[in-house]
Amino acid sequence: MKTSTLALAAGLFALSGAVTPAAAALKVITTTEDLAALTREVAGDRVSVESLARGYQDPHFVEAKPSFIIKLNSASLLIAVGKELEIGWLPPLVTQSRNSKIQVGAEGYLDASLTARILEIPTGQITRAMGDVHPLGNPHYWLDPRNGRLIAKAIQNKLSALQPADAPTFAANYAAFDQKLAAAEKRWDATLGPYKGTKIVTYHRSWPNFCDRFGLDVMGYVEPRPGIPPSPSHTLDLIRDMKAQGVKLILIEPYFDAKTPNSIARETGGQVLVMTPSVGGVKEATDYIALFDYDVKLLADALKQVTGH
Amino acid sequence: MRRVVLIVSCAVLLVSAARAQAQEASPPPPVAPAAPSPSPEPTPPPPEPAAPAQAGPAASKVFNPDMAVIGNFTGAAGKNEVNPRPSLNLEEAEASFQAIVDPYARADFFLTFSNEEVGVEEGFITFTSLPSGFLLKAGKLKADFGKVNTLHSHILPWVDRPLVMTNLLGGDEGIADAGLSLSRLFPNPVLFLEATGEVYRGEVGDVFTAPRRQDVLLVGHLRAYRDLGESTNVEVGGSVARGGSAAGPGAHNLLYGADATLRWRPLRRAIYHRLLLRSELMWSRRESGAAEVAGTGFVPGQTLRAFGLYASGEYQFARRWFAGARYDTSERANEPDQRDRGGSFLLTYWPSEFSQIRAQARRTTYAEGSTANELLFQFLFSIGAHGAHPF
Repeated sequence: MKTSTLALAAGLFALSGAVTPAAAALKVITTTEDLAALTREVAGDRVSVESLARGYQDPHFVEAKPSFIIKLNSASLLIAVGKELEIGWLPPLVTQSRNSKIQVGAEGYLDASLTARILEIPTGQITRAMGDVHPLGNPHYWLDPRNGRLIAKAIQNKLSALQPADAPTFAANYAAFDQKLAAAEKRWDATLGPYKGTKIVTYHRSWPNFCDRFGLDVMGYVEPRPGIPPSPSHTLDLIRDMKAQGVKLILIEPYFDAKTPNSIARETGGQVLVMTPSVGGVKEATDYIALFDYDVKLLADALKQVTGH
Repeated sequence: MRRVVLIVSCAVLLVSAARAQAQEASPPPPVAPAAPSPSPEPTPPPPEPAAPAQAGPAASKVFNPDMAVIGNFTGAAGKNEVNPRPSLNLEEAEASFQAIVDPYARADFFLTFSNEEVGVEEGFITFTSLPSGFLLKAGKLKADFGKVNTLHSHILPWVDRPLVMTNLLGGDEGIADAGLSLSRLFPNPVLFLEATGEVYRGEVGDVFTAPRRQDVLLVGHLRAYRDLGESTNVEVGGSVARGGSAAGPGAHNLLYGADATLRWRPLRRAIYHRLLLRSELMWSRRESGAAEVAGTGFVPGQTLRAFGLYASGEYQFARRWFAGARYDTSERANEPDQRDRGGSFLLTYWPSEFSQIRAQARRTTYAEGSTANELLFQFLFSIGAHGAHPF
């Protein structure tokens, strides 16, 4: 026994001297695929980028798998959505990453929300009676292309600080992305313009930035409170309000059960639309602009059907 | 010899930690502030100014740790002659305080308030910035022995703790003591591999005792994990613990453990379905001292070997509902010829992420021959900061 303890200790300390591999290209880990996509726009092939969560996964409920610890262990930069979106799973991963570079507040930690425009910052007293409320504001802010631009800019600044040799490339890539996005926004505005002011219902509060940008009016939610599953009484109220106001469209995320939305749609003669809130949520949403292309087209087709114009 | 190694190890660690801090404290290489991009670019629409950080009185609270309190209220019905639980009991109120200490460390405190006492369940500092991929914890810790020993009671998938923990790990508290824990990852392309070595003072219920300073408790744990696809993963571990025995100076008690966990959680339906299967096996070897027993006379010391295990499964079948089952069998550490057996069925309901209600139907057959059929129930509720979900 004595020898095995000794061997264990010796083994541990022998390995403590093992050299860490020399830094090749900057390794960036993002929490979501949206941030990974924006990083790719800015970085091109100058860094390696990988997301922890998949686009078809609810980003609030990702499991803190040990395999993520390995990814974070060798990362030079961690980019998080912030606003407590990842509070249920990211902190223990960062602690266990044994990587001083990406600890909160360190040079290699970027909270992408810091420069973005955040909606629904609660005022007054906040309690959990409001459900799983985000006290710092709604974390689904990447769904406004204007915020996509601001996030990309923050990533450009961070990458330029960490890898100054490639700063001109990052600046050029950002400029190209900015122009591509501006052109795409014109396209999306033209497609969705006729439906400005249309009232819709969403499952979770995932779409305030998207609806704000494209002028849709969210009049209710399938969830009675954020994070609380649908209840019969709330569903009945919602059906009544939707009928009264002639609301026909229910937006849901791919990771929610469509049973309740479907029955609401049957009652109201409306339609359930599964939009993807993240890059990678469907195979067509290959990058940040493709995500909006996909959602905008889907939404315009559905709005055309329910509004009749 | 062993002690020397220990002391040297700790010294090496402290020196290297100090060196790392000194390095980081020295003026960092000048990093050019992100230069404004020279290329002309369409300015994005000005964002609405973020809500100003609350200044004044609230600013003094900015550095307060994240605080939460978790209530664990349990009840029991039915008859148990061997190990009865109270009919109604606020078993534990756990207060947690967690924050980042400085650029090099974070600290976690878990204080428990039960009927008669206040205790430190855990209270430790974690150095997150050590060189060479080490993670060091110092303070009062739950020993990294197997799985169930490391889990706080509000995280368990049951109301009670398995018989093997009661019989071999010294009761519901398990092995928790003042000590140091050092762990390291061994990155490789095949699996997640983590080795942990720990030193504790060595006073743990009836399991280990440390009348002399050198009778420290040593714990070693090796943990391997692998993803079998994006929804399924498997984890296995092996543990060993060796500490002083009450049999006398120089005598040792030993514990070995093996654990295996299989998890399944489909990413697209992560909030509706999941499955967790887990089993832990434990072997205990205790030295009993020679003793004068009335009537029998002098009884020489002997080695007592006992074995126990549990196998448990939990399945989430709807957003708020979990069903589970557990099988228990365990010999008693000090009376290895006495074996207890048990089985349980569980049903758990989650009104929200912050509260849960659980019922457990449990049948235990004790070595004495008596059988206890009980219905246990539990209300768990949490207020305060949003803690991370356990993995």
